[in-house]
Amino acid sequence: MNGGDTLRRMRPVFVFALIGLIFMFAAPYVLQLFTIINLTTAIALAVLALSLALVWGFGGILCFGQVAFFGLGAYAYTIAAINFDGSTWAILVAIITASGFAALLGYFVFFGRVSDVYLGVITLTVTLIFFSLIRRTSGPEYKIGDALLGGFNGVTSPPLNLPWDTGSFLFPEQVFYVAMAALILCYVFCGWLVTTHFGRVCVCIRENELRAELLGYDSRLYKLGIFTISAGIAAIGGALFCNGVGRITPDVFNLYNAALTIIWVIVGGRGTLIGPIAATFGLFYLTSALGGQSVFNNNLVLGIILIFFVLLVPKGVAPTLTDWFTRRRKPRRATRRHRSGRRTEVTKA
Amino acid sequence: MSSKRERREVIVETRNLSMHFGGVRAVDQVDFNLYDKELRCLIGPNGAGKSTFFKCLTGQLTPSAGDVVIRGQDTTGAEPHEVAGLGVGIKTQVPNVFDGLSVDENIWLSARRWHGAKRARALTGETIERLKLGDIRRELVGRLAHGQRQWVELGMVVSAEPWLILLDEPAAGMTHEETARTADLIKEINTDAALIVVEHDMQFIRMISQQVTLFHEGRILMEDTMEAISSDKRAREVYLGHRA
Amino acid sequence: MDLVVAVLFQLVYGIANLALISLGLAIIFGMMRVINLAHGEFLMLGGYTVVVATNAGVNIWFAMLILAPLVVGIIGVIVERLLIRWLYGRMIDTLLATWGLSLLLIGLVTSIFGASTATTISPPLGIIRIGDYTASGYEMFLIGVTVALFIAVFATLKLTKLGLVARGTMQNPEMASALGVSTTRVYMVTFGLGAAVTGLAGGLLAPVTGVLPTIGATYIAKAFITVISGGASILAGTVSGSVLLGGINGIFAFLTGPTIGEVALLVAAILLLRLMPRGITGRFFRKSL
Repeated sequence: MNGGDTLRRMRPVFVFALIGLIFMFAAPYVLQLFTIINLTTAIALAVLALSLALVWGFGGILCFGQVAFFGLGAYAYTIAAINFDGSTWAILVAIITASGFAALLGYFVFFGRVSDVYLGVITLTVTLIFFSLIRRTSGPEYKIGDALLGGFNGVTSPPLNLPWDTGSFLFPEQVFYVAMAALILCYVFCGWLVTTHFGRVCVCIRENELRAELLGYDSRLYKLGIFTISAGIAAIGGALFCNGVGRITPDVFNLYNAALTIIWVIVGGRGTLIGPIAATFGLFYLTSALGGQSVFNNNLVLGIILIFFVLLVPKGVAPTLTDWFTRRRKPRRATRRHRSGRRTEVTKA
Repeated sequence: MSSKRERREVIVETRNLSMHFGGVRAVDQVDFNLYDKELRCLIGPNGAGKSTFFKCLTGQLTPSAGDVVIRGQDTTGAEPHEVAGLGVGIKTQVPNVFDGLSVDENIWLSARRWHGAKRARALTGETIERLKLGDIRRELVGRLAHGQRQWVELGMVVSAEPWLILLDEPAAGMTHEETARTADLIKEINTDAALIVVEHDMQFIRMISQQVTLFHEGRILMEDTMEAISSDKRAREVYLGHRA
Repeated sequence: MDLVVAVLFQLVYGIANLALISLGLAIIFGMMRVINLAHGEFLMLGGYTVVVATNAGVNIWFAMLILAPLVVGIIGVIVERLLIRWLYGRMIDTLLATWGLSLLLIGLVTSIFGASTATTISPPLGIIRIGDYTASGYEMFLIGVTVALFIAVFATLKLTKLGLVARGTMQNPEMASALGVSTTRVYMVTFGLGAAVTGLAGGLLAPVTGVLPTIGATYIAKAFITVISGGASILAGTVSGSVLLGGINGIFAFLTGPTIGEVALLVAAILLLRLMPRGITGRFFRKSL
């Protein structure tokens, strides 16, 4: 696959990235400040969805506890920002912490040849461990450096600041720009990654791990690689989330949020990158619109959506739409009437 | 004849190889040798241990006892990707291919493992030509007929340019023409690589065989040419199950 | 000495508790390879049945031992007919669909009963003394019921025709249906029974934990992990998983407190799965029930 090939394959990615850019610059002029701040949170969640879309949709690794890396990144960002008196290095710390942890966990799991379902269980267990542990860290003795862990109340996060001046914090619109830019960059990165040799091998491992091994690829290494990369991306989402919401609590690790992440990918379309991103925004809007009313509460609606999609639209929205469009675009078969009255098909040569 | 063989290098050797599943001895103390550029067929009735033996060679199974040595390297209990990494091409009994990817991509992934992008591209094209898969190169492999999938898998094996090829039932489920074409292909491949072919189809074996190893109840019963085996009393008993 | 007995009692209770909440899930997983993530909600529904019935005047023992399993068993059959049966063989899809079901049930119960506790009921049976220490009589009762339940399930599977048919279908569904067994009916009944056992467990635990729509979440993780760690054998797996994980939980809880106890259970499960990827009964006691 040469360079021109890669660019051609990435065309849809570039199109969506462009749409994202346009939205990024236009939004603050069109939308209210309150919406912009909310959107920042949604963007953070979209980055999380993107990370799962990568590791599950392309890598074939069902990580039930993807939120663990998201939350770990969020906490690492917050604690680092408090201790280093500024956000510049904190984001890097977040990515390294989450990726490092993922690399360790991944080594443990992939080199032990643990099967799919059990892998899902283990990642779920990990996020529950985080939830359990951090919830009970309320006392003053639980701190890392200057940062109190805060137990179930969580920690207030220092907002992003200009890299060269730790005193000047970014305004909400600027945070929005950073978030959108991060999302677009991560999206393009993932779009590129799946066209590389590494990415293609990850896909083929998902398709048939034995055959990949018989071709000489060490599947354990590739799985470890994509698992680690996706954790890093989730961590970026976590850092953005802190800025959108203002604080981070252990609730980020709970079962509901773990399920939500999976739902985004299923609804959006496993095997695509843009689908889950779109689904995140869609469901975020939906749950916000439902508000706090208790008849059609969040759980009920999400449950119905999940069941609906698993039973009836198992591929998710994006692939189903793509299938529908490609079917419509196929050339209509013309028929020609013979003198005998028989009709035959004229097909394009 | 035998002295000519002895001068050639032994590239695959098993020593006292055994594989037990619970109480069942699927492979029982097998000593096996394969010479460079040889084409050996493994035959035997169902349950004779051929496929189990095959999997011990490919690394899919770790033997209960004994050793597997491939070109001087002890590969007993090695991972499949390590065996493949030695330059061994493997085709499994049930076609293991990437159903969701195109023929082109399947073969490219194999070639790309060992070469840079440009050479991989070229090799992919050559392999597709050689196996006459040009018409279906953009099709998803999952949609192809069984015989075509077998050829795609053969293509994947060949495009890695291995020096040893292990094939488990390459002619299974093929029509007569497809079988003949596969036989020609295998003979052509044999000019560059040694082959071990596990097969049931006697006609196919007759088309390609040099030396044939007959398995029975986990052991090697005979090793000779197909003619010799066909006329052997013990061999006939094994296949027909009665005193011939 | 009294302390030892008291501590041991707590340990055994912890193990029994874990076994009790996991059995229903194990039956369904062991028989049909379905991982029912709405299991916690079945427990919750059992609990609500007992609380609502008791507050309406029904005798508590009747509510716990008859009504709860009956109600949740019927719900289980409905769920199987409407949802599960489309997804056999698709393990990940059943996982996700039952996760959706779990959310749906939580949402439904919240809509009907509100998000906070329906009036709690106090545990019957009072206190027993062990020297200077006290233990709950009800906890003793629960240990007894758990043991009885396991024996009952064992007897059903080993000695009754239903059990034989179910075991045959579990091992080889095609052969069973070739012999004239209606596999759809077997699956339906099995799922219903698994749900009933779960409803019973939830009902029995209602006096101990109280009921909330979200209480299932506290159970599902532990039950799920116990069943997966136990492996494919229904009874042997649940028992071995509960003993191992419950034991570790109990010991650490005694030494360092409940939080670390819980974490220890989870870490132990991860290590166990790493060493025995098919669960305990994937390696030991393989042919057991």
